[in-house]
Amino acid sequence: MNKIWLITKREYVTRVKNKTFLLTTFLAPIGFLLFFLALGFVMSRGSDDLKTIYVLDEQNLLNEELSGRDNLEFKFSKESLDELKADYAEEEFAGILQLQGIERNDIEKYDIIWHSDDQLALDESQSIERVVRRKVRDYKLKALEIDESKLESLDTRIKIVPKTILADKEVSSMTGVVGSILGGVVGYVLFFIILIYGMQVMRSVMEEKINRIVEVLISSVTPFQLMMGKVIGVGLVGLTQIGLWTILFPIIFGIGSTFFGIDSSPDMMDMANNPDIPDEVMAEGMDKIAIILREIGNMNWWMILPLLIFYFLGGYFAYAALFAAVGSAVGEDINEAQSLTLPIMLPLMFAVYIGVSAINAPDGDIVVWASIIPLLSSIVMPVRLPSDPAAWQIILSVVLLIGFVFFFTWLAGRIYRVGILMYGKKASFKELWKWIFYKG
Amino acid sequence: MHILTLDNVVKQYSNHLAVDHISFNIPKGSIFGLLGPNGAGKTSLIRIITTITAADSGEVLLDGQPLASAPPLLVGYLPEERGLYKKMKVGEQLLYLAQLKGLSEKEARDNINLWFEKFGIEDWWNKKIEELSKGMQQKIQFIATVLHKPKLIILDEPFTGLDPINTNLIKDEIHRMNEEGTSIIFSTHRMEQVEEICKDIVLINQGKKVLEGSVKDVKDQFKDNIFKIEFDGHLPSNLQSNDFRIIDDNKESLTLQINEGYDSNELLRSLLNEGIQIRSFNEVLPSLNEIFIKQVENASHE
Repeated sequence: MNKIWLITKREYVTRVKNKTFLLTTFLAPIGFLLFFLALGFVMSRGSDDLKTIYVLDEQNLLNEELSGRDNLEFKFSKESLDELKADYAEEEFAGILQLQGIERNDIEKYDIIWHSDDQLALDESQSIERVVRRKVRDYKLKALEIDESKLESLDTRIKIVPKTILADKEVSSMTGVVGSILGGVVGYVLFFIILIYGMQVMRSVMEEKINRIVEVLISSVTPFQLMMGKVIGVGLVGLTQIGLWTILFPIIFGIGSTFFGIDSSPDMMDMANNPDIPDEVMAEGMDKIAIILREIGNMNWWMILPLLIFYFLGGYFAYAALFAAVGSAVGEDINEAQSLTLPIMLPLMFAVYIGVSAINAPDGDIVVWASIIPLLSSIVMPVRLPSDPAAWQIILSVVLLIGFVFFFTWLAGRIYRVGILMYGKKASFKELWKWIFYKG
Repeated sequence: MHILTLDNVVKQYSNHLAVDHISFNIPKGSIFGLLGPNGAGKTSLIRIITTITAADSGEVLLDGQPLASAPPLLVGYLPEERGLYKKMKVGEQLLYLAQLKGLSEKEARDNINLWFEKFGIEDWWNKKIEELSKGMQQKIQFIATVLHKPKLIILDEPFTGLDPINTNLIKDEIHRMNEEGTSIIFSTHRMEQVEEICKDIVLINQGKKVLEGSVKDVKDQFKDNIFKIEFDGHLPSNLQSNDFRIIDDNKESLTLQINEGYDSNELLRSLLNEGIQIRSFNEVLPSLNEIFIKQVENASHE
């Protein structure tokens, strides 16, 4: 045990002191920040130059009121289209917006004509369409002599309110949704962590084999101790990195948004500006956020958190041991490593796809079984956890995972033990299978 | 008392018998040569002793105890294929390896400093392995092998890649540790080094033990009773006898083989009687190299 600790310590310290670790840990959040800044810059580019648009509105449908995106300046013109077109050749303006007269009150389609050699950006045309739609609606209401308040009274908001029968807990319409989305995020994060750090274990094993220190090491410790020390060490590095990121990301994004004025939620802002969404719905949106927060707070964290940690550790250990085994079996040839990692990657990918479908249907047959079968369960079960799976499923899944973690580390240990001393022999699956049964 | 006893040890790999019923003892405090051509099974045998692999059958006693499943701490092993962590600092690396052998951090630190002084490399603690030359790395590797003061040191081709000065430095340390009671297994196919360093040897070939014994006994066993005489003056032209056979005769020396039942004193006496001025009289023993080649070739002809 003491020796595993020594190996873990070395693995951890050399990795954490390594420049690449420091760079990825501290630069990744900054990189993300720059990425989002760049993204924001690209998205807003082109629509930021001020555009002057002449509006021809003979019927005065708009009542000289038109607003779109901030960069659009509308000028209502009394000139004829031809005169404006002549001006277009000389003056610098973006184009002419020509509104048609409305002849009937029951039109289903209304065209606005955009005279210009340049196209409007998608969001620009959408913002104009939205405003005009509202104006046309107002016009129709007036023409049809419909009272606005009466019309509104036609609208009814419908909502399914869940109440439990046997289970003793509070639920709301958002419980399932919030749980699934949260679970989906957790599942993805677990997938990436297992993949990234599993690969690191593999590379570390390969390194020791290639620089031949491994024979010295296993004349001091057993191969199993060496493998476990490595798996634990890299795992701790992973936890450290994630820990630092959870602190660093909010800090850097906080700094980023104060200094660069990042629009943290452009979609929400768009929604707020959208005149199509009635205020009640907006209010409901705000309500939803409150409900979501409450739902997150309402979750049975005392059960979910330990289980999350358990599935993370279980998944990591099972996969990392397999990656270590593959690392021991290959030599310098990275291509060989790739073909051998494929059977490890397959269940991992499979688990992610099932996990995605679990977001929509956390109690589907396939999802339930995948959350019980080891190697899949460590990703699929966390997705289901917030939606409160049945107790027997959790227990079965946990027991199986524990059993399989021991089985896989044992299996990987068998391969590892033979593999690290095997040079110049092409490692095929048949070969690995034989190694498992080698004596001694 | 023996530091190591092998009794009928067998190791079978999938398609060949790497160790074929090998038995021998290594007395405590000896420098023992484990000899054999490439692929004879030396490394397989060493890996069994260091518990890197296990024997299929047979018994191995280390310091009187059967081997456990964990690597024995009283052994220090310098493998032929050497390697250290390239990016790690010399000091930290040695500290780590010594702790893996069961030393406390303080003991390890003290021992490392002692060896650094001995080799005059006190300022190497913070150097990275990749900054050192191959020979220097090998010195570090040697220190790593002996840091925990093992009772048995196994050295597999320890001098490859070392210059004569460093070779002597290591050789002196081997002798010094041996005088302090450490047993040493020296595995090599370089015979001149064996003759110089080892007292006892075992020769294995194709997994089988071919010979064993002290270097002197082995040589005696294979000697052909050949003597070389250096002299002044002239040999009598009729120097012929049924007692010996002249192999080589030039103006100043004579090499001859004594036939069975005739001994060297009689030869010397008869030469003196002839009035020859003798400057030297030596028995020509076969070198281990010759014995080695002969044994290995015999085996491959069978």
